[in-house]
Amino acid sequence: MTKTTYVVGLDGSAAGGRALAFAKERASAAGDCNIVLCYVIEWSPFSFQTAEENEKRHKRREEEISTAHDRVIDPAVAETKAAGFEVEGVVKHGDVSEILDALAKARGAAQIIVGRVGARGLKERVFGGVTGRLVASASVPVTIIP
Amino acid sequence: MKTLLPAALLAVLSPVAAAAQEMSFDDKVNEAFASSTGWFVSLIFAPLPGTSFPWIVMWLVIGASVFTLYFGLIQLRAFGHAISLVKGDYSDPNDAGEVSHFQALATALSGTVGLGNIAGVAVAVGIGGPGATFWMIFAGLLGMASKFTECTLGVKYRNEYDDGTVSGGPMYYMTKGFKERGLPGGSVLAVLFAIFCILGALGGGNMFQANQAHAQISGIVGDYPGWITGAVFAVIVFLVIVGGIKSIANVTEKVVPFMGVMYVVVALIILLVNYDKIGWAFGQIWAGAFTGLGVAGGFVGALIQGFKRAAFSNEAGVGSAAIAHSAVRTKEPITEGVVSLLEPFIDTVVICTMTALVITISGVLVINPETGLYVLNEAGTSIQTADGSSGVQLTSAAFATGFSWFPYVLAIAVILFAFSTMISWSYYGLKAWTFLVGEGFVKELIFKLIFCLFIVVGAAAQLGAVIDFSDAMIFAMAVVNITALYMLMPIVKREMNSYFARLKSGEIVKHKH
Repeated sequence: MTKTTYVVGLDGSAAGGRALAFAKERASAAGDCNIVLCYVIEWSPFSFQTAEENEKRHKRREEEISTAHDRVIDPAVAETKAAGFEVEGVVKHGDVSEILDALAKARGAAQIIVGRVGARGLKERVFGGVTGRLVASASVPVTIIP
Repeated sequence: MKTLLPAALLAVLSPVAAAAQEMSFDDKVNEAFASSTGWFVSLIFAPLPGTSFPWIVMWLVIGASVFTLYFGLIQLRAFGHAISLVKGDYSDPNDAGEVSHFQALATALSGTVGLGNIAGVAVAVGIGGPGATFWMIFAGLLGMASKFTECTLGVKYRNEYDDGTVSGGPMYYMTKGFKERGLPGGSVLAVLFAIFCILGALGGGNMFQANQAHAQISGIVGDYPGWITGAVFAVIVFLVIVGGIKSIANVTEKVVPFMGVMYVVVALIILLVNYDKIGWAFGQIWAGAFTGLGVAGGFVGALIQGFKRAAFSNEAGVGSAAIAHSAVRTKEPITEGVVSLLEPFIDTVVICTMTALVITISGVLVINPETGLYVLNEAGTSIQTADGSSGVQLTSAAFATGFSWFPYVLAIAVILFAFSTMISWSYYGLKAWTFLVGEGFVKELIFKLIFCLFIVVGAAAQLGAVIDFSDAMIFAMAVVNITALYMLMPIVKREMNSYFARLKSGEIVKHKH
């Protein structure tokens, strides 16, 4: 029997912490489970950058990944592992909703669990928030933790 | 400060300043500028013996033609693939977070799309007539192959440092590529290129931009001394490149593409409104390209102007874009070469043609109703215009025939274009500078300060001296760069054949997004 996998989106916020707590609760209830924690650094290949920014982009990318691991993913992985769960931490660049969905598909996840991020600003009003877009496009069930 | 700045500038730049007491400050700077750079301009634009055809134009045409034939019309064969690459169809999603093909192209375009497309085209059409447009398009299409060659090499031979930063450009492929092929002289060419690149950055990438931005602003608010515009620009550029205030650059980098799109949209609207004249305008372009009747310099004048402006606008063969494109993250250098060939197409074939068509159909160029030929000015050097304007003001007048408010929008666009081009060229110049003198905070600061000083000079000098100097420096870069491209093109061909064979065999696949 294959393991049940939960993909949890983390962003370092309290809502992300609640999402992880919910995932642990579900995993405890379900038994043999695998939790994948994912931090997505918002990045678009269609943004405009100066030549100087391009020159240093690779360096910055490494720094961004390292910071995300240090501040968010690694502590969360350590805490979850200490609680007795099988866990994996992933940091990726791109669109949050696309990356989480792609990861869920790639790992055959049962569901994606994310914290609710309140809509703010004009951009979210026009294009919708991350959670909204995830719900609209995800290929597996999505649980949003308030 | 008001009196100190001009005095300091004159002391450095003007050996004839003392003899010109009654002249304005702008005139003094202009005269000093023309007298100190005239010899170089004459050398670069010297005609072929017995003709009036500048050898440098022939050099670019032959170079672009050789690359076009050598790579089997790569601009046509790889056009569709270039669009796929820019869309990210072949980008590995696991590599996301690096510099994409789109970003490298957009960065290079922010350095090339600018005043060359607005003022340069007006100069070309004003002197060479609408026929110059044909040669501009032709040069743009040929130039795609030059850009393909140099940008492939730029990525292949870039320096990747331990800290993850990258630096690339002709200086690097000249030294490393020549060594790989066992050819002598790579270092000499690299040093020469770097020197010309620094001067090109100060000329076309800086003074020309400041000059035309001032022309545009003073055309709207009325005449005032150019150095004031220059000083304001210098301070803002200083804040970005020395002060590290990236937020200003970030805003322009986002606004410039928007302005570019808006410029094309407005041009299209004007063309649609005057749809009945489009056929006539293309007729003028076609006829003028081969006969040059009624324009200064005739057929050769149209051809020379077309090629000169195209080269100045899209910089194909110049080597500057190779610096901008080399930061892209790809395992295949050829992919960036393919993407870069879109640059002359967007810059010259699309945007320059739009400007030329609007100028032609707007009626700002005076035509003799009896003969149907263009009327030359008194000096016989260019076509007489309805309001006597030239350069960016001619484009502004042409667009104003469609939308009276357009000069205001164009003024903002020109300022932003000029600003983004200056930022881009400050980077190109800095890369050439550090290649020569080495990296280090003080060394880099010296170049950045010189760059800011030249903004003031450019805004204060008159169009003639500045535009000639800009052309001369940029073409001097092309002399060295194309020489190196000839030597290294077999390497590009090997890469190209390997890449397209793997693409055809299915080894290189599209990624689902």
